[in-house]
Amino acid sequence: MKITEKEIRHLAELTGLSLTVDEQRGMAVDLEKIVEYIGELGELDTAGVDPTYQVTGLENVWREDTVGQHLSREELLELAPAVRGNSVEVHQVL
Amino acid sequence: MSEIKKIVDKIRTGQTMAVAEVMAAVERAKNIADTNAILEITEEYAIKRAEQVDKDIADGKIGRLAGVPFVAKDNFLTFGSKTTAASKILQNFQAPLQATVIEKLEAEGAICIGKANLDSFAHGGSTENSAFGVTHNAVDSDRVAGGSSGGSAVVVARGVVPFALGTDTGGSIRQPASFNGVVGLKSSYGLISRFGVVAMASSTDVVGPIARTVEDAEIVTEIMAGKDGKDMTVWADGYRKADGKKPKCIGVIKEFMGDGVYADVKAAVKQQVENLTKEGYIVREVSLPMVKYAISIYYIVVPAELSSNLARYDGIRYGQRSQDAKTLAEIYGLSRDEGFVDENKRRIMIGAFVLSSGFFDAYYLQAEKARTLLIADFDKAFADVDFLIGPVAPTPAFKIGEKSHDPIQMYLSDIMTVPASLAGLPAISVPVATTKNKLPIGLQIIAPYKKDSEMLAFAKTIKEEKK
Repeated sequence: MKITEKEIRHLAELTGLSLTVDEQRGMAVDLEKIVEYIGELGELDTAGVDPTYQVTGLENVWREDTVGQHLSREELLELAPAVRGNSVEVHQVL
Repeated sequence: MSEIKKIVDKIRTGQTMAVAEVMAAVERAKNIADTNAILEITEEYAIKRAEQVDKDIADGKIGRLAGVPFVAKDNFLTFGSKTTAASKILQNFQAPLQATVIEKLEAEGAICIGKANLDSFAHGGSTENSAFGVTHNAVDSDRVAGGSSGGSAVVVARGVVPFALGTDTGGSIRQPASFNGVVGLKSSYGLISRFGVVAMASSTDVVGPIARTVEDAEIVTEIMAGKDGKDMTVWADGYRKADGKKPKCIGVIKEFMGDGVYADVKAAVKQQVENLTKEGYIVREVSLPMVKYAISIYYIVVPAELSSNLARYDGIRYGQRSQDAKTLAEIYGLSRDEGFVDENKRRIMIGAFVLSSGFFDAYYLQAEKARTLLIADFDKAFADVDFLIGPVAPTPAFKIGEKSHDPIQMYLSDIMTVPASLAGLPAISVPVATTKNKLPIGLQIIAPYKKDSEMLAFAKTIKEEKK
């Protein structure tokens, strides 16, 4: 399957990656090879086979809804690259 | 002989103190700087912790790991150091909490003395994808350490610490253990909490030890196992000791012994088959036809999961933000472009591709169905044999740079480790031989789900062939 640079730009947009033109070109070459390889699964007959998303067999594991000690707002804000007052600062959205 | 027990015994009888053990380990860590196995040595913090452990010991509180120094792969959240995941985006990240397993090990008196190098976000099998430089093999500095827990394997192989922590998503503990001549244990999926460990692929990520003996790997695993209420995939039973029933029948995986597998690697496995036969085991060849598709299944399922796990690195709430960003969209795009290495981006893009509309059924869904068929192969095999054995990787440690420009060649070197990961099975790499050039070769043992303890009991009986 041909992976075009246009497709790479679409995937980059979906994944929030600003790739340079060189990176886009290299990625198109790599992805085409990888997609061709993993395409071998197409030859398998999986009619009637259920997919396996996890192996534990556990379902809907809940925890008690109790009050506990958690990280404070200050501790979390300290991690942010830019802060104003009690908020994380970001650039203009619109 | 357990090196952990040796230290704890000496502590208990007053022959040494935690501070002395930690200072000696820190010195050893500094002496292997040429391997680039350690990203940060936390000398000051470790000595403070050791002083506290010595106080506890004086008060009669001697944990099962009292005074034992260890190193954690740098994708475990720890106090006293940065947690970078060997990435630019987290290069200054100071974790506000510790991983559950670090807390559990500390509660038993263990002391973390530093953080080990890895492939960035654990994406790789050679530790060449680290944003902070390649780690060199413990035996031959021209060769890779393996990966992604390459740094952890090298520090143990070089005798810096008796054990180190790694993570294994598709072989990242077992393969570097094999490449450096140490023991690497990937336990059953669901035995140990991953809370506080940088997530890669949630349905196969496992935490585990790299050690010099199977006994030490077991001691550490037993302590780390069990529910913490923070990783909902952990089962309630915890680590269950084996019933002592001797296994009878061992299967050699036929597909792991074919063409393209290095002659010395095959010879090492055959030697073990001979030894086991002499000891009275029935050893037979077992075919797992689906393993030929394991790489394709893995390189669909894992990128799909990691592309969503890595969406959280957006330059907003934590991590590095691009200085060049002028809009919100640029904060995301440029921070991620600058913060991830090529292999991270490649895998994120593959993940987005296999999950995108139009391709989901043909790739992602088909891979998860194929995964069911692969697990069925294992179930069928374990109806006839107690354990499966085979090589860990087709080759011993390869040359630095040999595969780094060809992603598919690099992915193919995972062929023998990804099957157990996709099936959630316990698997271990035990050193059994060396090549003519002294490169270590490991034997892989794979056991049925939740038979970790039985597997370890068997692994203890495997002997390394000395030339």
